[in-house]
Amino acid sequence: MFLTNTEEVPGKKIVACFGVVSGSTVRAKHVGRDIMAGVKNIFGGELTGYTELLSEAREQAMERMRDQAEQLGANAIVNVRFSTSSVTAGASEIYIYGTAVTVE
Amino acid sequence: MIDLYALLLLITLGYIFGQWNERRHFRSINEREQALVNLVTTNSRRPVGELDNISDVLLVTGGAVISVDYFKRIVTGLRNFFGGNMRAYETLVDRARREAILRLKESCPDATQIINLRLETSSIYKGNGNQVGSVEVLAYATAIYTD
Repeated sequence: MFLTNTEEVPGKKIVACFGVVSGSTVRAKHVGRDIMAGVKNIFGGELTGYTELLSEAREQAMERMRDQAEQLGANAIVNVRFSTSSVTAGASEIYIYGTAVTVE
Repeated sequence: MIDLYALLLLITLGYIFGQWNERRHFRSINEREQALVNLVTTNSRRPVGELDNISDVLLVTGGAVISVDYFKRIVTGLRNFFGGNMRAYETLVDRARREAILRLKESCPDATQIINLRLETSSIYKGNGNQVGSVEVLAYATAIYTD
């Protein structure tokens, strides 16, 4: 499956469109990570636990979007956008959406 | 009195480690940016020039979460009162953005071109008062491979 955040898949032609597909996820880290983040807040630097959290959330949301597109019979998703919203503190909320299409 | 000492200790620790951390991070960012300077990365929607024999198209991402240190929080608190440039936060955001872009590039070093780069600022700790101050940046783009 091709995923792009451009309007088209470079080098391919879009032959069918299935509309918007999306995937979202809300993930949190265990409290130990949150405490570590609090400590890191004194010294500065990267919060590795949260970087992981972000990438896990991203992967999962993308997987869900891909499943949805596959169900529709699409073989590519174009114009993918990432968005975040705030549900609760200490959790990462990622929403990914795009347009499912068939390319050849 | 004890409280005041604790505060001063936190500020000093924050200053020493925070500055050290930041200098080290900027050094590493500069080095890696130099190494990847030949990888064409644009935020335009179409590839630069004509690309023949496109073999693969991938969505690539990179993210970084960078935390503030205690010193910066105090300094910016004062700054907020008087107004003006918040240099301490400018460098923080700069670091997070460049790190995210670098990670994105490092995830596809063999790509011919990376197009349509977008940056999104995510929030893990929004809505929790000022308990944890951090910048969370997510970069995403389309990587094009040619034969």
